Amino acid sequence: MTGRPVIKLEDVVKVYSLPTDDVIALDNITLEIKEGEFVAIMGTSGSGKSTLLNQIGCLDVPTSGNLYIDGKSVRDLNDDELTDLRRDKIGYIFQNFNLIPLLDLCENVEYPLILRNKKRDDTGRPKKLLEMVGLDETRVWHRPNEISGGQRQRVAIARALVNDPAILLCDEPTGNLDSRTSVQIMDMITGLHREGRTIVMVTHEPDIAKYAERTIVMEDGRIVS
Amino acid sequence: MNLGDIFLELSIRNVRLNFLRSLLAAIGIVIGVVAITSIGIMGANMTLSVTAELSESGNVIMMTPDSGGGGGSGPGGMGGGSSSDEEDEYIDKTQLRKIEQIATTGENNLVIPLYSASENIEVSGMEGRATIYGIDMNIVPELVDIEDGSMPLSTSGVLVGSTLAERYELKVGSRIKVGDEEVEDDDDIPQFTVRVTGILEEKGMSSDLSTDNAIIMDESLYTGHLGGEYEYDQVNLIAGDIDDIWQLEEDLDYALNYREDEVQIQDSGSMLERISETLGTMTSFMSAIGAISLLVAAVSIFNVMMMSVTERIKEIGILRSIGTRRSEIRKMFLYESMLLGVIGAVIGAIASFIGGYILTYGMIGTTEYFFMPGSLMYIPLGMVIGIAICILSGVYPAYRASCLDPIEALRSE
Repeated sequence: MTGRPVIKLEDVVKVYSLPTDDVIALDNITLEIKEGEFVAIMGTSGSGKSTLLNQIGCLDVPTSGNLYIDGKSVRDLNDDELTDLRRDKIGYIFQNFNLIPLLDLCENVEYPLILRNKKRDDTGRPKKLLEMVGLDETRVWHRPNEISGGQRQRVAIARALVNDPAILLCDEPTGNLDSRTSVQIMDMITGLHREGRTIVMVTHEPDIAKYAERTIVMEDGRIVS
Repeated sequence: MNLGDIFLELSIRNVRLNFLRSLLAAIGIVIGVVAITSIGIMGANMTLSVTAELSESGNVIMMTPDSGGGGGSGPGGMGGGSSSDEEDEYIDKTQLRKIEQIATTGENNLVIPLYSASENIEVSGMEGRATIYGIDMNIVPELVDIEDGSMPLSTSGVLVGSTLAERYELKVGSRIKVGDEEVEDDDDIPQFTVRVTGILEEKGMSSDLSTDNAIIMDESLYTGHLGGEYEYDQVNLIAGDIDDIWQLEEDLDYALNYREDEVQIQDSGSMLERISETLGTMTSFMSAIGAISLLVAAVSIFNVMMMSVTERIKEIGILRSIGTRRSEIRKMFLYESMLLGVIGAVIGAIASFIGGYILTYGMIGTTEYFFMPGSLMYIPLGMVIGIAICILSGVYPAYRASCLDPIEALRSE
């Protein structure tokens, strides 16, 4: 892999303070993910894989250490700057899809675009993306609760791609899908990787991790392999 | 629907989704807006109606004996010429002369000295009380309009006010017994009979001469039976030019109250000011009571908004995780509370318009002033207050929503 590092963690520590004691969720993580890489993060429950994904996704900031996203250190960013970074550089695909129930499918895809451009879309990009992920045009005005899990995940992928992010983060993307749909979704994610996108995926299923080029295994907040 | 602002759309959709709950919360605002607006409209109509009635006599200066000011011990007035008695309960001849002298400084000024008392009356066995005015009959046509009958020609002829005529079923030619049947003390007046020659037009509220419930007789008839010749109870000066009022008042005050306050001088303007002030205070007090319902509504909106935040924690987490700023989350919830306010205020405004109209008609008896800007301005005012209260009620819930940790919010079910 010869691309430039798009994600870089240097001695990242994340400590959660509980009333009784402190929990070290990430323990001195140093990691580099290059542009165009497809990395799977595996580990048992509580191993810190989701915490690591949240750090990369800028949903949280490290207690200590440095995290660079697309060359930018997130340590000194305020909340608005972190939010803008999430909006512009990162596409999130969640296990339970996390579509906005009050918006129809097309609006769900359009939403990050509106956040960035501060106006409604007039380019037709959301519809094109929905078409690209294989969603029937007649369905685009439906609400998320009116379609199947697999279709929801397709919409979520379209939404994650709408702002053309540098990084695609997938948190157990097939966790709530049957095996046939899982294969379809993973094929789609692999296709995106082939187009040159950087993908970081958290999974506990070895079969799914196989789609990635590199697998990181975590245990007790550390990378063990 | 595409309103351009996605946060407004999200708010509208959430209100629609929880329509009944939102409507119930908005009803609180409706009640609050109706309460303050209707009371405001009614108060404004009362003030406008009183103002209109009193303004008709805006060029009248009223002079009455200053009984509260420790009136004259010993001779008072200018140059020792005044014959002010020990207790100034009337305006004397000397004072009247001074008033007449000042009146001559302007054109068309008219001085009306009058006697007045409240006396027992009896009409065909019906007993009661009425105000008796004793005025020079030559100037009476300048002061009142006769609806039925004519000016008295005989010495015992009188004019009666419309309310009095209605109450005692008086007609032209009716007889009224004035005074007391049995004279027991100095205050009692031996009974005498007068005959109605004319019934006056309704005059309404007036600061100078309240004739609706009064009997107007010639001053000679009055003093002949009630005594007190040249001891006037009130002197009115009708200014020919309304702009002279202040100057005349100043001159009168200087001439009559040079040494000490002997005569109270007031015009209908100052009276109007006092009445308006009293009505204003009363309206404000009633509105304050009405505002309590707005306070209750505010609590209800706050509660609904807190419920909305709690129900939508997960959604807030999603919105935050895909790049929605805190300020945008705040905006979304403030829009929602504003929407509840707008719904409540619009319904409230319509209800206030109808309610205010009915209330005004019921309380004042006329809706003549209802459509005047001074009255209708309470509708937008009530709406603005209602919406502002809703937005304020939404501030804390919106702030709480925006402060949610995206990771925690995403985890919630």
